[in-house]
Amino acid sequence: MTTTTRIERHHYDVVVIGAGGAGLRAAIEARLAGKKTAIISKSLFGKAHTVMAEGGAAAAMGNVNSRDNWQVHFRDTMRGGKFLNNFRMAELHAKESPQRIWELETYGALFDRTKDGKISQRNFGGHEYPRLAHVGDRTGLELIRTLQQKIVSLQQEDHREHGSYDARIKVFSETTITELLLDGDRVAGAFGYYRESGEFILFEAPAVVLATGGVGRSYKVTSNSWEYTGDGHALALRAGATLINMEFLQFHPTGMVWPPSVKGILVTESVRGDGGVLKNSEGKRFMFDYVPDVFRNQYAETEEEADRWYTDPDNNRRPPELLPRDEVARAINSEVKAGRGSPAGGVFLDIASRRSADEIRRRLPSMYHQFKELADVDITAEPMEVGPTCHYVMGGVEVDPDSGAAFGHVRGLFAAGEVSGGMHGSNRLGGNSLSDLLVFGKRAGGHAASYADGLAARPKVAVDAVEAAVETALAPLQRDTGESPYTLQQDLQAVMGDLVGIIRREGELADALVRLAELRERVAKVSAVGGRRYNPGWHLALDLRNMLVVSECTAKAALERQESRGGHTREDYPAMEPKWRQVNLVCALDGDTVQLTRKPLPKMRPELIGLFDRAELAKYLTDEELADFDALVADAGEADNR
Amino acid sequence: MSAKRQFRIWRGDETGGDLQDYMVEVNEGEVVLDVIHRLQATDAPDLACRWNCKAGKCGSCSMEINGKPRLSCMTRMSTFGDDETVTVTPLRTFPVIRDLVTDVSFNYEKARETPAFAPPPDVAPGDYRMQQVDVERSQEFRKCIECFLCQNVCHVIRDHEENKQAFSGPRYFIRAAELDMHPLDTRTDRKEYAQAEQGLGFCNITKCCTEVCPEHIKITDNGIIPMKERVVDRRYDPLVWLGSKIFRRGETPQTSVTTARQGSATPSSATRSGIHSHAGAPTTRGPRRRRRAASTGIGRCPTRPRRRSTTGAGFR
Ligand SMILES: Cc1cc2nc3c(=O)[nH]c(=O)nc-3n(C[C@H](O)[C@H](O)[C@H](O)COP(=O)(O)OP(=O)(O)OC[C@H]3O[C@@H](n4cnc5c(N)ncnc54)[C@H](O)[C@@H]3O)c2cc1C
Ligand code: SF4
Ligand code: SF4
Ligand code: FES
Repeated sequence: MTTTTRIERHHYDVVVIGAGGAGLRAAIEARLAGKKTAIISKSLFGKAHTVMAEGGAAAAMGNVNSRDNWQVHFRDTMRGGKFLNNFRMAELHAKESPQRIWELETYGALFDRTKDGKISQRNFGGHEYPRLAHVGDRTGLELIRTLQQKIVSLQQEDHREHGSYDARIKVFSETTITELLLDGDRVAGAFGYYRESGEFILFEAPAVVLATGGVGRSYKVTSNSWEYTGDGHALALRAGATLINMEFLQFHPTGMVWPPSVKGILVTESVRGDGGVLKNSEGKRFMFDYVPDVFRNQYAETEEEADRWYTDPDNNRRPPELLPRDEVARAINSEVKAGRGSPAGGVFLDIASRRSADEIRRRLPSMYHQFKELADVDITAEPMEVGPTCHYVMGGVEVDPDSGAAFGHVRGLFAAGEVSGGMHGSNRLGGNSLSDLLVFGKRAGGHAASYADGLAARPKVAVDAVEAAVETALAPLQRDTGESPYTLQQDLQAVMGDLVGIIRREGELADALVRLAELRERVAKVSAVGGRRYNPGWHLALDLRNMLVVSECTAKAALERQESRGGHTREDYPAMEPKWRQVNLVCALDGDTVQLTRKPLPKMRPELIGLFDRAELAKYLTDEELADFDALVADAGEADNR
Repeated sequence: MSAKRQFRIWRGDETGGDLQDYMVEVNEGEVVLDVIHRLQATDAPDLACRWNCKAGKCGSCSMEINGKPRLSCMTRMSTFGDDETVTVTPLRTFPVIRDLVTDVSFNYEKARETPAFAPPPDVAPGDYRMQQVDVERSQEFRKCIECFLCQNVCHVIRDHEENKQAFSGPRYFIRAAELDMHPLDTRTDRKEYAQAEQGLGFCNITKCCTEVCPEHIKITDNGIIPMKERVVDRRYDPLVWLGSKIFRRGETPQTSVTTARQGSATPSSATRSGIHSHAGAPTTRGPRRRRRAASTGIGRCPTRPRRRSTTGAGFR
């Protein structure tokens, strides 16, 4: 076949797929390590999902409450994830986030300030102290722009030194990777197309960092953009890597519900962090009725106490509106089901009666505009209507916590950010993603660079693999008998939304798997009309197969896990089951089929488990684990007495 | 609450194209981008357009709607009359790639040329101290979502390909201004750079950029005009320079404008509503029409331009 000779080829040391916070931070690190680095993104530079993050980045800097430190952050993260988190990732994240945020200031970031000139920090669900570094409600924009500008500054250095901006770090925007290429079990490169021209492009590189974000487009009601089709998850699977925790999806409690066309668009949690409360159609602050036992001690029991907390957090407990997201989303779901919802099928989120109009406009400027312009609602005067929306995938590529290297049988593949799994366990706390991107982006970029250094010989890209990739990519354009990709996407979204949604049941999950298998046949025959130049129908046709395999992982794992925990709620198994806490469900690909295996969770180190008190652990651990814990405490006590 | 509405959408690529008519269903509360998505899912599966967030946060979905540069995700259908035809064309200042997608690489090139933040060498990470009032001025500019609508509307480059080399445009003037006002940036020549390298002198303060900015950044009043003011000797006296960084808020902004290329351009509203014309676009659109450079005359910004050619006579 002659096609391969006409494909544009590039050679890099490290190829980073994804230009969000994780990808950009990884690329900076690889370039700082002296590696020739490429950054690839489906959108224009600076438009990745990270740009949409609103609330903030969590880091225990202790600027607002000096009692905060990494141990407290670690505890909150583990609690939020219902102890299913990879403890080592949660530990690294809690320890390293402050440095990663401070570093952004040296790149030019301008966070909001405290009175004494430090980075201001705001309250957020599940965080014990004000912890989120923020810029109004556009923190993600600040983060991505800062990283983008840091990359420009590195390019300017290279321009001075080598005469070319692209000498050592180059951005390939509007370029989609469709396949990873292997040499045996080693990554050898990545193959994709330029959206603009439809021409193919081949990157030969020994190390690839996946930073492709999430999977939300498999749901109709989602805060995610067209980019979130699970590409990185699927690329990893096909390259022989494994995914964990795919049953855990975060449904953010507050998405817009009206008008229908904006259903799902996010209403930041900062509205609640800054004093907003949730009410049902009877005007009742219903969250007080939904505080689960495991959180009983940390949340206020009366409205008075909850309200006092905003000004005196040391002597009062926090309002239940600030419970972790899974709890709030389920509560809203129940209220609506019980007939106490708002006219458009959500509940009311009220900040108007709680803060002055000026303050609302100052602290939540983009929410103010979003409602004004999209829904004709003035949030300084009336409540918003909100309901759950598919927001974040906790599951992702199973990685080594320290290096971000993918598990499974592939080498040279790294993952960071939303596409990786483990860090957030069964439920992510708000604000923990932005800091996760920085901490693990840096790590993955650095380790990819040293992996490339350590190779004696460069893996080679096989010509037939490139030919196969070309064929797969062109197939939808060459078929005119199949269905429209848009129809298939709608059908997939219907299956996932109806059968693998926020509340799950065995029968429905089994049904979902049957339907996904049918969809698989149809997706294999999808047709796209038009040519190769900037053809969104074709692009979607290629994304579909990724969405499908990732959806299968979610449905399979959701059927398997017979308990409710974090972002996985089974109506038929409503309780959290300590035995299931010891299990990660791991997905791998065998040919075309998703294989599920159970894997024990790594055991927390003594000094980390020692940060919790027994009463709390008793809610999560099995009896044997508790006995181990008691032995540990007894040992420590004896050691003290010696 | 759904009705059929008439849309005219420019379809084509760099070799040419024309407006095509579509009758399409529109439901309550929808924005122009929703309608485009519906067209993709029905009559026009390969209709090219950019979008990401659908909430005015990413700046991807810029296009010209009934001649006005807008974010299509923030343009509600209810802002048009019931029988009004909605005409959607690509940004005019940048070369078309396909349909509503243009080649905006000009902007990324200018971004790359603007000198980056220069951190203070002796302040360790974690030790940065700044007051909220001092960061607010720069924060206003950092709200920019890079929709490039201001770049698109600026008459200096809108129909003047020849000026693109020398002119960075309002987006990058505010980037320079943002760094100039950054309390800890150590470069002292941001203004001079804007004058000498970014072509700030081409700007005659028509304020069209400010008018289209979806983030409501006061590009001209807060960014461009302060950058045009020249404080003599500011650069050469380190003490004065330090003072200017810290106390600048207290100063009265100078409004008299002296630029390298133009004698003077006064930002008076008389200029805008009087001599300055908004009707910039030619009625028919052949190959790009070249007109005199803005620096030689009075600028025209098509904030409310006429429609693009409906004849399909080759789109640039
Ligand atoms: C509305 C909203 C608000 C949020 N607010 C917060 C918040 O306040 N705090 C917080 O911590 N988190 C927040 N989150 C979550 C957080 O923003 C995301 O999890 C995070 O930004 C993901 O970053 P990332 O670097 O992993 O990927 P992204 O920023 O999503 O970037 C993914 C990149 O991968 C590229 N890509 C994907 N597939 C391919 C492919 N096949 N080929 C080439 N490139 C590809 C994309 O083009 C993109 O550049 C929010 C999320 C949303 C949607
Ligand atoms: S004020 Fe007018 S001339 Fe100056 S940058 Fe803005 S649009 Fe261009
Ligand atoms: S300054 Fe305003 S109009 Fe210009 S690119 Fe930024 S957001 Fe868009
Ligand atoms: S889609 Fe992001 S601004 Fe319109």
